[in-house]
Amino acid sequence: MCNVCGCGTGETRIDGEAVDHEQEHEHVLADGTVHRHSHGPAGQKWAPVAAGHAHSHGPEGEHVHEDMDGSLHYGHGPAGAHAPGMSQAQMVKIEQNILAKNDGFAERNRSWLAERGILALNLVSSPGSGKTTLLVRTIEALKRRVPVAVVEGDQQTSFDAERIRATGAPALQINTGKGCHLDAHMVGRALEKLAPSDNSVLLIENVGNLVCPAAFDLGEAAKVVVLSVTEGEDKPLKYPDMFAAASLMLVNKIDLLPYLNFPVDKAIEYALRVNPKLQVIQVSATTGAGFHEWLGWIDARLAEAVAARTR
Amino acid sequence: MHEMSLAEGIRQIVEDAGRSQGFGKVKIVVLEIGELSSVEPESLRFCFDVVMKDSIADGAQLQIDPVPGSGWCMQCAETVPISALYDPCPKCGSYQVQATSGTEMRVKELEIE
Repeated sequence: MCNVCGCGTGETRIDGEAVDHEQEHEHVLADGTVHRHSHGPAGQKWAPVAAGHAHSHGPEGEHVHEDMDGSLHYGHGPAGAHAPGMSQAQMVKIEQNILAKNDGFAERNRSWLAERGILALNLVSSPGSGKTTLLVRTIEALKRRVPVAVVEGDQQTSFDAERIRATGAPALQINTGKGCHLDAHMVGRALEKLAPSDNSVLLIENVGNLVCPAAFDLGEAAKVVVLSVTEGEDKPLKYPDMFAAASLMLVNKIDLLPYLNFPVDKAIEYALRVNPKLQVIQVSATTGAGFHEWLGWIDARLAEAVAARTR
Repeated sequence: MHEMSLAEGIRQIVEDAGRSQGFGKVKIVVLEIGELSSVEPESLRFCFDVVMKDSIADGAQLQIDPVPGSGWCMQCAETVPISALYDPCPKCGSYQVQATSGTEMRVKELEIE
């Protein structure tokens, strides 16, 4: 299984080609052979320390709470306690972020993009929010003045990459197999294959999932969360991590508002509760409403990326 | 979210530490998980046992030290405690609160044999 994304070995595919995550890491084999890692544990600090910190000895087991309304919460319990006899134990300090490996790959992607003045945006949303249609229209508008390349993430099929290629923009499909999100290693591989031009825009369409992609930095300049008006206005509160991680929210399909009971102001208010710094633009990928503002947002960030180009 | 991936990340950190430090058996893995992070401790606990099989932390206990959430309230101009990303400031009730701590997901230390 992939150590970063949890997908089964051989399940991840870039344009139909298997990606072997394992070639990047090294392991202790069953026969005891040690394969050292090529990427050193930079910044990792550890030192044996004397143990002796006291622990609460709470009961192991279920911490599921039932609310008055009958709904079940897995998030309200004590985070967990254990009952070791720790008096003579030897402790080793680690102090390392669990996602350090992904974050390392993300930083590598970020500097690769910065060297070339490429603006990378990570588009995230639930399935069916209209991300691909939004991308197609965005590319059509941008391509006359700036090169655009696309990385498409889906569990299976290359339908989305084909839709993007029909616009003339180069697109690379990553199939995550069993995985629920793109990770920085997959995107790094995609960058090598796609080789986007200098001073260009790279749009990364993440797997349709409002949960997992929030935690995985891909090396992008910004996450753009797409919320369509055919969804519930309370999604920012139901899935706060994604709205907290995003810099911009696009409220999509606003051409449908006359037919729906979707309180736009409420949705925006909820999103701002989660992330007071979130910028919001209302758009319709079908009619092009709001695109002037959205394209302006991209242009401003592209200008920054080009100005900060390091190579 | 993807607690299985996180458990895989923990396994890798533990195995790396075992190799560089030269220990072969881990009894307790201590994590620091922030209240505002996207980790669900019970789900992680379940995945942990499965993922650690046949590693140097096979059968190890998992201790999760919670880190309380806090945020910067722009109205009060001070740090206030919050327990969810969408919580209002407990002092003034404003939602202009930007999370500042409690988002960590770290392997803190290991008890080894």
